Amino acid sequence: MTQLKELTQQGLWTNNPALVQLLGLCPLLAVTATVTNALGLGLATMFVLIGSNITVSLVRDYVPKEIRIPVFVMVIATFVTVIQLLINAYLFELYQALGIFIPLIVTNCAIIGRAEAYASKNPWHWSAFDGLMMGLGFTAVLLLLGGIREVIGNGTLFAGAELLLGEWAVHLRIDVFTVDYPLLLAILPPGAFIVMGFIIALKNLIDHYREQRAQQPDKVVTRARVTAQ
Amino acid sequence: MSFTIATSPHTHQRRTTQQVMRWVYLCMIPGVAALTYFFGWGVWLQMLLALITAIFTEAACMWLRGRSARFAWRDHTAIVTALLLAVSIPAYAPWWIIVIGTSFSIVVVKHVYGGVGQNLFNPAMAGYVLLLISFPVQMTSWPVPQSLAQYTINFADSVSLVGSGYTQSGYNMEQLRTGVDGATMATPLDSVKTDLSRSLTPTEALAKPIFNDIAGIGWMWVNLAFLLGGLALIYLKIISWHIPGGLLLGLAVPSILMSLFAPGQAIGLSLHLLSGATMLGAFFIATDPVTAATSNRGRLYFGLLIGFLTFVIRTWGGYPDGIAFAVLLANMCVPVIDRYTQPIAYGHGGRS
Repeated sequence: MTQLKELTQQGLWTNNPALVQLLGLCPLLAVTATVTNALGLGLATMFVLIGSNITVSLVRDYVPKEIRIPVFVMVIATFVTVIQLLINAYLFELYQALGIFIPLIVTNCAIIGRAEAYASKNPWHWSAFDGLMMGLGFTAVLLLLGGIREVIGNGTLFAGAELLLGEWAVHLRIDVFTVDYPLLLAILPPGAFIVMGFIIALKNLIDHYREQRAQQPDKVVTRARVTAQ
Repeated sequence: MSFTIATSPHTHQRRTTQQVMRWVYLCMIPGVAALTYFFGWGVWLQMLLALITAIFTEAACMWLRGRSARFAWRDHTAIVTALLLAVSIPAYAPWWIIVIGTSFSIVVVKHVYGGVGQNLFNPAMAGYVLLLISFPVQMTSWPVPQSLAQYTINFADSVSLVGSGYTQSGYNMEQLRTGVDGATMATPLDSVKTDLSRSLTPTEALAKPIFNDIAGIGWMWVNLAFLLGGLALIYLKIISWHIPGGLLLGLAVPSILMSLFAPGQAIGLSLHLLSGATMLGAFFIATDPVTAATSNRGRLYFGLLIGFLTFVIRTWGGYPDGIAFAVLLANMCVPVIDRYTQPIAYGHGGRS
């Protein structure tokens, strides 16, 4: 049970692939202009991460150490191809919105990083859970980034969610505010870098406060008497 | 044998950041006066809004950082940032343009990096670029010189225009940009660039009424006024000649070469030097002591780089003027420039 808790905490917070390891920034920054795109890419990445972690973990005893990286890359590329074809077949409009960034999941360092650092050394069920948690952590950051950018740059939330979730999701769309001239910078790549910087700063700030709170009980100063009675 | 002790040859003049900054904005007076004469009162409203925003955002940042706001106000750098941004944007842009731009300059470009002296990018120009790529329509609605405009703008109209987007008689910016012949007028650089891309020759492109002066009515005098203020800054030893000299040289040499070898596509030397933001950029913006290179040789290279990049952007880029982008790009190169132009201290090794 402690292992599960440890993996959850690692994936979602202390070792979050997007906020701490800063891996996979290319898709992270490029497609998070809206929540829908962020969610689509996040789910795709999570699927690839779980699949590749399980496969790598299963074959880890049969792969010679010298060629493990090419083998891992082949495994990841296979899963990316699978997810790409699936999205192309069932969610064609999302496929067009995400464009080149679906095949580019293969270059997401977070995935090969987990294959190398965790899945190649641990049994498959732990690896699967690790993939799930890392994927969730990545998706959470994508969603947050996409949400902030969509609100600032467009004034909406969940616009176009029906591309991903089906017809009913049209009603998810929230118009936060309407302006004649949205702040275009937020949905352009520089905006992604700036918002990402602020999110990382926020995470560090929270960590800082937690650390301070954890240390506080030790700071009880007992007054020493230095003068003679 | 006598050992005479000579006093140190170091002269020391106490000059605080506040004094330097005060001279910078005092030397902007001729340029602002020229802007007011040719384009009306809008620039004063923008400066006022920018100052108010800068003072409040700076205080908010200092409060968040747990420091005294008065300490930050006292060095006057925020005032210079605000004023530079205010004179850079179109004079009748809506009020929220300058508020967003100044807040971004102060909060993200200056204080996120650690406040005065720590910022990597020129705050005013980073704010300008944010505005230009976010609000292209408002940021390219340059007013027409009053002598050519169909409708003149008085002070009450300026207030109404900046506040609501309409003058008291109900004209919007698009209508105000029409000349006496009823056609919308572009800035000199924009007009020439558009005409050259339509395969007109430079002579044809320069045949418009806006070019009755050498480099565009209004714009030429605005640039000359900023040149005057800039020369005063050099005379007062607030800035050295290296950055403005390098910038003007980096802009002039390629434009002369272009005029000689490809006259059909050349914008021309006088237009390059006396239009757009050239003089403001050369003497007031690129010379920001924080984001420019440190040594004199480095400053020269820094200036040359900005001038050349401006030429490239104006000639082949998507925007009619490129000072802001060139300054930001050169800001990125400053660590490299500083590394390779570091002077050798006496007694600490050398080339031999």
